[in-house]
Amino acid sequence: MTRLSRRTSLATLTACALALALPASAQPKAGEPLKIGFVYVSPIGDAGWTFQHDTGRKQMEAALGGRVTTKFIENVPEGTDAERVIRDLAATGHHLIFTTSFGYMNPTIKVAQAFPNTKFEHATGYKTSKNVGIYNARFYEGRYLAGIVAGKMSKTGIAGYVAAFPIPEVVMGINAFARGLRSVNPKAEVKVIWVSAWFDPGKESEAANTLISQNADVLTHHTDSTATMQTAEAKKVYAVAYHSDMSKYGPNAQLTAVTHHWGDYYTRVAQSVLDGKWQQDNVWGGIKDGMIKLAPFNKIVPADVQAMVKKAEAEIAAGKLSPFTGPMKDNTGKERLAAGKTITDAELSRMDYYVQGVVGKLPSSK
Amino acid sequence: MMDHAITLLLLTLAAGTPLVFAALGELVTEKSGVLNLGVEGMMLVGAVVAFIVATTSQSPWLGVAAGMAGGAALSLVFAIVTLSLHANQVASGLALSLFGIGLSAFIGLDYVSVIIEPIRPLTVHGLPDIPVVGVLLFGHNPLVYLSLALFAAIQWFLSRTRAGLVLRAVGESPQSAHAIGISVVRIRYLAVLFGGACAGLGGAYLSLVYSPSWAEGMTSGRGWIALALVVFANWKPWRVLAGAYLFGGVTLAQFQAQGMGVELPSQYLAMLPYIATIVVLAIISRNAAVIKQNAPASLGRPFHPEG
Repeated sequence: MTRLSRRTSLATLTACALALALPASAQPKAGEPLKIGFVYVSPIGDAGWTFQHDTGRKQMEAALGGRVTTKFIENVPEGTDAERVIRDLAATGHHLIFTTSFGYMNPTIKVAQAFPNTKFEHATGYKTSKNVGIYNARFYEGRYLAGIVAGKMSKTGIAGYVAAFPIPEVVMGINAFARGLRSVNPKAEVKVIWVSAWFDPGKESEAANTLISQNADVLTHHTDSTATMQTAEAKKVYAVAYHSDMSKYGPNAQLTAVTHHWGDYYTRVAQSVLDGKWQQDNVWGGIKDGMIKLAPFNKIVPADVQAMVKKAEAEIAAGKLSPFTGPMKDNTGKERLAAGKTITDAELSRMDYYVQGVVGKLPSSK
Repeated sequence: MMDHAITLLLLTLAAGTPLVFAALGELVTEKSGVLNLGVEGMMLVGAVVAFIVATTSQSPWLGVAAGMAGGAALSLVFAIVTLSLHANQVASGLALSLFGIGLSAFIGLDYVSVIIEPIRPLTVHGLPDIPVVGVLLFGHNPLVYLSLALFAAIQWFLSRTRAGLVLRAVGESPQSAHAIGISVVRIRYLAVLFGGACAGLGGAYLSLVYSPSWAEGMTSGRGWIALALVVFANWKPWRVLAGAYLFGGVTLAQFQAQGMGVELPSQYLAMLPYIATIVVLAIISRNAAVIKQNAPASLGRPFHPEG
């Protein structure tokens, strides 16, 4: 494994230019390990979105032993820099490339056209082509379970949500959380603060402090730092972590965490490329596929609540329970799902309303 | 409601403080005629050095001192390049920011997951319990008081002392200052180092008090906001202070509004702190003659003693 940063990868530009002069890279030679590249949007750090992808990469490396070698490039900004980095990886013989952020979508598609024999896997996007597959996780399933825990542990009936940007992925998380919360506490409310940044520990803790001052006694977040958890710990309220287990930052505050797990998927995809059986696919996995898990409960969560969440988790895995099954109204009272109807994937991926229980008006993302 | 207002005031002071440190330091640097755009980089280096020293020595105050030293050390590089080697200040300052961002990420690599005991607010026995005034006067973090003391000291230094006059003279007309025997380069070195130490202090506040942790790029652009504040505050310390608190206060007020479910798109609310700060500071300093009077006349121009 080699470690490259965006800055030092400049040095490989020359090599890249040379490689570009050659025809698109040939198939890997038999007996040689498969070279796999990963592009990360932020530094790996110790918790968060990229950290979970890197954990998945390591798990895959361990599972496939010497048959693969991996290289990752971290902190790659979305946009033109990303295209150069992805092209760089493809040109240096990486036959499978995972691009792990939404904003890599267009660069991935573009580079994929130039390297038809290289397989690309893009996370959380929607554009595909014959050598670009996409994958994502049903984060909202975990959010629903988190909502149940929050609803049972809150005394004020107000939950605070620190959110980054009003895109459907974040909105469905908020809504699933509210549905879970209200399934056990029908009067509970979710207050949302948008900080307009994926990563800004200062702002995230300001938002968390504000929510606490407005009587929220359980927090969660859809941002990348550990600031919400740390603020909850300092102010002695509860919190549910996102992306990674953050119990280290909030030993008393963290009730549980909605965590992402990519290792099994990465192993499976790499195996299929090794076997020559890779097919372009669109994977949206959830609790059932082991992509979404809850971190171990804090011991202050009573056993009956834990059991209740475990039961809901099993039902979601078995396909018997969905966070979004009608009757479901939005927070203006308009019916969004008739009784007994379950939301479709298409409806989910363009969710642009708050469900009942969420305070305020959703800022339009368009 | 009263509780709300008090919480908001407390949080506002806390949110404005890193900007106060960085912007006041930059103000002094600019008053000497040197434009250092490296504030973001110096803040980050200050933040990471403070964090590393505080965790390894178990003394947060040693960390604060180290953060100042870290910021100053980085500004020394800038001073050597621009003051002794006469490089372009704008380009060098930008390079310093980029360098500081990378350097802080590199030296902080092993400290990303470290947890630290933050510097706690002072608790003089009983005092914060006095209703309303108690918590407003005595409930802050020690570094917040330090920032206010720094403000008072700089205000006094610039307007009431001979040394302050010398500093301003160097910023206005280095040739004249040189002619009457003032060492322009030495004064500018000191001003740059002071600015670096203040930026480092602002960084230390972020990593030891405000969000006690180290993460790459944790200043999230506050160094650039501090730079803008100095210009919009028209190089007056009290306006820097007002601008910093206004910026912090409006950020928090829009969060409050969101939490209460105000029906305004969050994108507009997110713009508010920037717009409000610029508009207010532009209005209070709208007189062109006054701006000209306050802006250091030789800002950004290299000085060659030989003429």
